[in-house]
This record gives sequence, structure tokens and C-alpha cells, in this order.
Amino acid sequence: MNQWKNFSKGFIKENAVFALFLGLCPTLGVTTTAINGLGMGLATTFVLVMSNLVVSLVKNVIPDKVRIPAFIVIIATFVTVVELVMKGYVPSLFDALGLFIPLIVVNCLVLGRAEAFASKNTIWSSLVDGAGMGLGFTMALTVLGAVRELLGSGAFFGMKLISGDGLLLFILPPGAFIALGYLIVLANMIKEKTS
Amino acid sequence: MVATLFVVTLVSAALLGSVYELTKEPIRLAELKKKNEAILLVVPGFDNVPSEKPDTVTVEGGELYFYTAKKGDEVLGTAVETFTNNGFSGEFKLMVGFAPDGTIIDIAVIKHAETPGLGDKMEKGKSDFSVQFMGQHPDNFNLAVMKDRGDVDAITASTISSRAYCEAVQRAYDALSQLK
Repeated sequence: MNQWKNFSKGFIKENAVFALFLGLCPTLGVTTTAINGLGMGLATTFVLVMSNLVVSLVKNVIPDKVRIPAFIVIIATFVTVVELVMKGYVPSLFDALGLFIPLIVVNCLVLGRAEAFASKNTIWSSLVDGAGMGLGFTMALTVLGAVRELLGSGAFFGMKLISGDGLLLFILPPGAFIALGYLIVLANMIKEKTS
Repeated sequence: MVATLFVVTLVSAALLGSVYELTKEPIRLAELKKKNEAILLVVPGFDNVPSEKPDTVTVEGGELYFYTAKKGDEVLGTAVETFTNNGFSGEFKLMVGFAPDGTIIDIAVIKHAETPGLGDKMEKGKSDFSVQFMGQHPDNFNLAVMKDRGDVDAITASTISSRAYCEAVQRAYDALSQLK
């Protein structure tokens, strides 16, 4: 398998948010600012890479009928370990991301990749897939967060560019749907051009 | 099949248990440090460890903690950990620093889940909202937003968060004056 293709598919062609529509709950919920999107994306990427690694390691010993519960247990364990370690050793990072970490368990992107990819492929391919999908997810969340932050509070990564309060709508949930809709249009245009 | 699932959960449980034991102490220390930093923010200049033995007052809906900040033998003020359940996203916690005469020194937000970009402007540094409380005495500064005929200039589009904030500060002051 071409590993570069495997890695880069997560950005546009099979982007979790723009093409597969996976993990939309955290996508819409946390992207009120660009930095929130980036933090959530990176935390998810870490869990995705680790869970893909473990799932592809144990794929041969887990019977088909119980694979889903087994995967969920593995993912939830990873998320909790990340949460505890971060809380104890890097509390400043936990302050920024703590709210989002338990949300990763319910991100169907993580379970989706474990089921659709890691359980059928080699360890190395699964690692690359996890990294590519995770970084693609991070990119989508950061772009969406940046758009909402710019329109909603006139700032970019916390730097105030335009004084005043901005369009309140984009901070609130409806704004997330509107911004996401237009970004999907944009992503589809890019996809059509490149293919 | 059952055995495999059992083994998976057993290994996970063992891993979680040991990580929990391993991180218990660092987490406790990190939380204590954070609390001390919050106290330092609202009553600066002390040299004791106020978070060591707080006084606790139980009020309706929760508990308030009082941390006495001292420099040598001189009492610099009291930091009160207070709460409200009426935020836009439910509960949030504040640390309010009172000088010995009851004047508000400063207020810091410890924990909240208010909307980023709106209610979270109550955090220090995100807007000037908390600045207006500094140096005010609750006896002659009505802790209510202007819409409710108070003296507090609410955060634009976040009246609920602002109201809850005032309520938490008022609760801290009430308990403090009762304690004396």
C-alpha cells in the first residue's frame, strides 16, 4: 500500500469532517475558537493513533462477535489514561483541553477507524492511517474554529483583529452548522478540481 | 469469546487501576497548587499556605471555603471559594478575595463551563468585567447587574452569566459577614 496516499487521504479525499461526516458532535460543539479546535484535534489524533496501533496488534486474537465491545474498552482505557496523566503531570495543558478529553471516547471517528481500517490492516498502515485521519480532523476543526472565531468575535487565535462584538450567531450552535455547511461546499470544490 | 472479552476488560481494568494509583498524588498536588495560585491572585502577598486548612461553611446548595491569607501574624485578607448554580451552563466557581474590612480585592474564576466567546468573558484578562469589582465594598456597591437596578455593568449578551457571577460574590460576602 502506498503510505503517502494512505496518509494524505485524511486531509481532503476522506476527511473525517468534510467527506465522511464522522465525529460531528465534538466538531460542532468545541469549535468556538481556533485554539479549541486545534486542541481537540490534537488530543483526538493521539488517541486515534494509539487505538489504531493496539487494535491492529490484537485483531487476530479477538473473535468477530465481541470486537466492538473490545474496541470500545480499549479506546476508553486510552482516553482515561491520557486524562489522568495529563491532569497529574501537565495541569496547564489539562486546563485548556480537559473539558474535551472525555468527549473523545464518543467520537465515532476513533471507533470507525478501528473497525474499518485497523482491524483489517497491518500495524504500520494503521499507524499512518491514524495519523493522517487525526491530522485531517485537526485541520478541519482548526479551520472551522478560525472561521467562527473571526466572524463571531473578530479574533484569530485569541488575537483581536476587529474591535467590537462580532456576529453573535457564529459563536452559538446555529453558526456552527452554517459555517460547516459552507466549508463542506469549499472542500467539495477543491476535491472536484484535484480529481 | 467470553473469555477474550473478559481478558480485554481485565487488562484494561488493571491498567486503569495502576495509572490511577500512580497519578493520584500528582493530581492532588497539582490541584492544591492551582488553588494556591488562585488565592495568590485574589489576596496577593501572603507567606503562609492558606489552602492547608480552610474553614468550611455549608449553605443551601453547596459549601463555601474560607482561606485566611497571612503575612507573618498580620491577616492580609480572606479568599472565599464560592459558587453559583445559575450560570448559563449550570455551576461555576469563583475565588473572591476580601480585605479584612470587607472590601473586594480581586476575583478569579476557578472553574466554569460558560460559552466561549460570551460568558467566559468573566474570566480575568478576557474582558474588563471583573475589574469593576476591585476595591468595591459590597455594602455600598449593589452586587446586581444594571438591568436589575444594581451597579454592575453586565457582559454584553451574557446577562445570565453576569447575574450568576454577582450572586456568587454576594453569597461569599454574606457568609463572610456571618462568620465574623
